[in-house]
Amino acid sequence: MNLLKILTASIFAGVAFAATQASASVLDTVKQRGVLNCGTDNTAPGFGYLNTTTGQMEGLDVDFCKAVAAGVLGDASKVKFVTVTDKSRFDAVLTGQVDVVFAHTTIKPARESSIAIDFLPINFYDGTGLMVKADAGIKQFADLDGATICTTQGSATETVLTAAFKTRGWKDSKVLTYENLEKLFSALNSGRCNAMSTDKSALAAWAGNAPKPADYLILPDTLDKSPFGGFVVANDSKWRNALRWIEYGLFQAEESNISQANLVEKLKSEDPFVQKFLGIGGGYGKDFGLSDDFIAQAIKAVGNYGEIYDSNLGPKTKMYLDRKGTPNALWTQGGAIYSPLWN
Amino acid sequence: MTIHETSPVHGMVDHDHLKSRRLRNRIRHEAIQFGIIAIVVALLGLLAYAVKSGLAEKGIRFSFSFLANTAGFDISEGWTLTAGEGFLPDFTLFSSDMTVASAFATGIFNTAKVAILAIILSTILGTMLGVGRLSTNWVVRNLCFWIVEFVRNTPLLIQLVFWYFAVVLRFPPMASAAHFYGLIVSQQGVFVPTLSWTGGDSMISMALITLTWVSVLGAVFDPVKGIRCTCVAATVVCLALLFATGGVAMSFPLANKFKASGGTGMSPEMAALLLAIIVNSASFIAETVRGAIDALPKSQWEAAASLGLNRRCTVKDIVLPQVFRVVLPSFGNQYISLTKNTALGIAVGYPDLFNIYGTIANQTGHSLEGIIIVMASYLILSWIISTIVYWTNRRLNPMGVSR
Repeated sequence: MNLLKILTASIFAGVAFAATQASASVLDTVKQRGVLNCGTDNTAPGFGYLNTTTGQMEGLDVDFCKAVAAGVLGDASKVKFVTVTDKSRFDAVLTGQVDVVFAHTTIKPARESSIAIDFLPINFYDGTGLMVKADAGIKQFADLDGATICTTQGSATETVLTAAFKTRGWKDSKVLTYENLEKLFSALNSGRCNAMSTDKSALAAWAGNAPKPADYLILPDTLDKSPFGGFVVANDSKWRNALRWIEYGLFQAEESNISQANLVEKLKSEDPFVQKFLGIGGGYGKDFGLSDDFIAQAIKAVGNYGEIYDSNLGPKTKMYLDRKGTPNALWTQGGAIYSPLWN
Repeated sequence: MTIHETSPVHGMVDHDHLKSRRLRNRIRHEAIQFGIIAIVVALLGLLAYAVKSGLAEKGIRFSFSFLANTAGFDISEGWTLTAGEGFLPDFTLFSSDMTVASAFATGIFNTAKVAILAIILSTILGTMLGVGRLSTNWVVRNLCFWIVEFVRNTPLLIQLVFWYFAVVLRFPPMASAAHFYGLIVSQQGVFVPTLSWTGGDSMISMALITLTWVSVLGAVFDPVKGIRCTCVAATVVCLALLFATGGVAMSFPLANKFKASGGTGMSPEMAALLLAIIVNSASFIAETVRGAIDALPKSQWEAAASLGLNRRCTVKDIVLPQVFRVVLPSFGNQYISLTKNTALGIAVGYPDLFNIYGTIANQTGHSLEGIIIVMASYLILSWIISTIVYWTNRRLNPMGVSR
């Protein structure tokens, strides 16, 4: 009987311990651990992609992970990339397996209302599109009545397609879902899918990385908008706010013309705003639980938003996506990338 | 007056003493058992409470009410049950305006469909491979040996991806697919012609179809010795008459722009999953069969040979019937693990139970409730299989062999 007493006591203690654990902010956990566990995709070129030639993770989402690691821990190399799929990404955050996820995740109300997560600001504006083989003789979405359209499991696209079929009254069209973009692309190539549907940026990336990009045609239709944002576990304002303002800091840096290249001279700037923004003699970080130079650290690691965009999706990359005239341009140039006031 | 009623007093005391001690022992024994059960239940309750409060802290509601919500997503194939007009549920193809519960039902249906087909076909193929491994023909023996060795020693997931991307999706596209008498094998799926009912409810058609079924059942189960040939003939005659009177017609699959219509088809995902599981399970079953044949006394073979039976008859009538009595329990294990292996269908996009659970968890956010439903479903499927195997075993072994 003594054994049982010990057993029950230890279970009670375990429950109590778990309860106290849950009340601490992820921010403290990350600082204690000294490493950021960041959830990303590894099959989405331009966003989260494992470059097989260099063995490095690269992409816009990957750079946001690095920026967070630099802002929180002061070192962009202190990040452990955990691969998440469209399906596993929410559970990965809920179970504490990762601290934050940047994985081209579309912000939708159902995700914040029924899954216990909070989204960070939009870091890329995308739309749901379709890609077909160029020789299939399909020129627009309307030609796909009765076709099999494939997408990834657990993506927003699944419901977007279902709704599109319903509004058009297409009875014979089917949605087929695969685990990740790699299998999806193989299925399109083999002819199993008449079209593959996901975010336009990903379509451009896969076509651009293919041996013969001209074999593919991205249809002009945009089925729905698809704004991407990172997300963290719900009800942890301390962590969420710190990340939000790291992200806004990258937007503001581009607006204020502070970049990786000119950071050294900007640090000597006499402008009081720039001084405070970069944490010279006091800054914005302390009250967030970060160091005062957190934005300077993030910029040093990955550059401002414009630089991140250019290095992953800019004209020099395989999957060039023009910013001009899209919401991804800075608000001063008619886009939607906008940081709240810092002064 | 019997001798028992006038038993001596001291004997009574002794007897009573013994009885009460037995009773005390029994009470103590049962109290301990009851205590253990109570502790286990309490621990489970504590665990459930801890999980629930932990979830509540994170703002997650634990409830099964989401099952009544509209699904809002499509499933590429599969039938489901929905609440019908009367008492009986409707059995229809799933569509996105049905409930989440119906989506789960579709998943269970798809899993069961593959499991049942794979159980039947892998048993046949496995028995053939097992017998083949003991063949007197060098080529057959070694071929079977290498197939079994290769399949048993590579991961099933990798075999599945191979079957799907390297075999099934390499079939010609629908437009240029070969047609063998109405059979279409293409990367959009495998389609076969089927009989479709056109007779409506005319008396002649009804009578004929009833006769057809009776003769088919007769041919399959062979209730009376030697009736099988007659039944097969009767089936053919009935079907011919049905055709002549316009009761049934052949429905041939026709290749359209994107897919086939008419006939009945199997999606490439299902074909690949079925192939992978059949071949994989068959190789395990083959080893069981081979072991059981090896374990038969050699005198059985010698006795059959001395009766002048040839090898085929010996295997069919003497060896296999004895083997099946022995191997059934291990077949049962194989069937259960085969059923659980269907969850790998997710790797090729087949909408089995586990795959659909993933989609539901994503769209509704109730992954814990979902996984409980999934686990319970697999548990029930496994129980059904082991019950069937148990009863078959009882029937085959009335003497209590290998119970």
